[in-house]
Amino acid sequence: MIWRFVEDTSWSAVSIFTPLILAILAYALRDRGWRLIAWASVVLPPLAATALLVQVGRIGPVRYEIGGWGSPLGIDLQADALSALMVLMCAVVGSAVSLYAQSYFGPERAHFWPTWLMVWAALNAIFLAADLFNVYVTLELLTLGSVILIALSASTSALVAAFRYLMLALTGSLFYLLGVALLYGQCGTLDMALLGQRVDSSVPVQLAQALMILGLALKTALVPLHFWLPAAHSAAPAPVSAVLSGLIVKASFYVLVRLRLDAFDTVSTVAGDHVLGVLGAVAIVWGSLQAMRVKRLKLLVAYSTVAQIGYLFLWFPLAREAGAASLATSGVVLFALAHACAKAAVFLAVGAVMRVAGHDRISGLRGIGNRLPLATFAFGLAAVSLMGLPPSGGFAAKWLMLQAAITTGQWYWGIVIVLGGLLAAGYLFRFLSRALEADRGADLPPARGRSHAGLEVPAMLLAVAACVLGFLGVPLCDFCDNGMSHGGLGDAL
Amino acid sequence: MTGHLLYALAGGMLFCMGWLGLIVQPHLLRKIMAWNVMGTGVFLVLVALAARGGTGSFDPVPHALVLTGIVVAVSGTAVAIKLALHVHDRTGRTTLPDGDGKTAP
Repeated sequence: MIWRFVEDTSWSAVSIFTPLILAILAYALRDRGWRLIAWASVVLPPLAATALLVQVGRIGPVRYEIGGWGSPLGIDLQADALSALMVLMCAVVGSAVSLYAQSYFGPERAHFWPTWLMVWAALNAIFLAADLFNVYVTLELLTLGSVILIALSASTSALVAAFRYLMLALTGSLFYLLGVALLYGQCGTLDMALLGQRVDSSVPVQLAQALMILGLALKTALVPLHFWLPAAHSAAPAPVSAVLSGLIVKASFYVLVRLRLDAFDTVSTVAGDHVLGVLGAVAIVWGSLQAMRVKRLKLLVAYSTVAQIGYLFLWFPLAREAGAASLATSGVVLFALAHACAKAAVFLAVGAVMRVAGHDRISGLRGIGNRLPLATFAFGLAAVSLMGLPPSGGFAAKWLMLQAAITTGQWYWGIVIVLGGLLAAGYLFRFLSRALEADRGADLPPARGRSHAGLEVPAMLLAVAACVLGFLGVPLCDFCDNGMSHGGLGDAL
Repeated sequence: MTGHLLYALAGGMLFCMGWLGLIVQPHLLRKIMAWNVMGTGVFLVLVALAARGGTGSFDPVPHALVLTGIVVAVSGTAVAIKLALHVHDRTGRTTLPDGDGKTAP
């Protein structure tokens, strides 16, 4: 009975419409019902995402035509293992952010809620879109929403960072759209699966592939197109930074992966994939070195995101070889999930630190661990996953990627993977070692009686989630192998 | 050279001109306009593709895409103008400050 309900309901549509309806309600109710909406957004999306995951696990990839119109003019939703896991990632991180933001913003800034819920709906819509143009529209929705969220703190630096981000993200989307136009001209379809059968290695298709990769890499902040990220991610309020670094960069990366798996499977080149891999490796080293150099904690965490994005791009060369494709894909999915939880946890913890200390200069945070034991512990636990130490999601993900690198004889990527972990330890301990010193009270403002549990607990929950992921590696691999749109991934590549 | 190819190439040129403008023009309004020129270039490519089938038969899908794209462009422009106004109110300037905000408190 319950299984029939889970199998027959179109959970992909429910996953998109739940945050969307809550966003509209939040906008209509303004200041009055914000707490109800906030709690609804903590509880409902994870339920829908879990149901979607179970549905995909039981009956495989699900396609749903909204309103029964069907392609090419209607909007289709396609949920497979990859999309279901990404929706679940949004649900877990989003739920913790909704919990955190209640304490962080309080009754002021009630306009955070409609924008944030709209961003959430856009994220789920990207992960479930079945055709290239809907991806474009939802990417733009995501851009506009995240720009408003960055500008929320209304400081001059936030406004400038928001404008820069808006212009870059819009440009990236146009590159993508020009690619979509060229592809449609050549192949006559926008559906990703159909494209996979119709692409050839003609000039327009190659140009389209290059334009789309360029635009999406700009939005994902792959080095050397990362220059906008640190300012934007560090100028935003803490819950927004968590969403930006944890979820939003993953959205454009997801589109890259989806394109590569479904549409450009047959026309991608060895050279192109290795260029992306090399840029990823440069990102890991460059981002980490910058994170060691900066003086402010939020910038440190933002540069850490630049570095961690590099790992995602190692997927392109690793997944090329048929023998390691499913290993590499499971690894990168696990990496994305673990990074989303860990990075969001770190940003939420840093938000609590800034609340107490009033600033985020790393040199002035000695002894903050005594004031915020739970938040500092959350930072440390998330750092374990970011560095890739066992037992954590980051460790399991890097382990899978290392295995893929070694089985395909591409040992040089293995060096980068290990080196990145060491560098991550280097910059994360810059904060942790100071935070755990004895409280001399000289650097920090006097303690007030207020409890910061509302800020510390969500950070802690996400950090625990990042570590628990380390134990879910095997079921996750099986799920990825069995539930992709194109039979097994190993066959597809 | 057929007509639709000419239009598509013109669209590509508009795209590149807009992109150049976006990079070299420091004035915020000019940046926003340059972005719109880029978008118009893409729309021109799409419309040219729609007419490709020959006389009389038009492909409706690119037209639907252009209409949706225009809505997106209008919303993007609105948000960009509002942000530019705020930046101007705050700094008294019509350009972005130098540097990337790293040194800002």
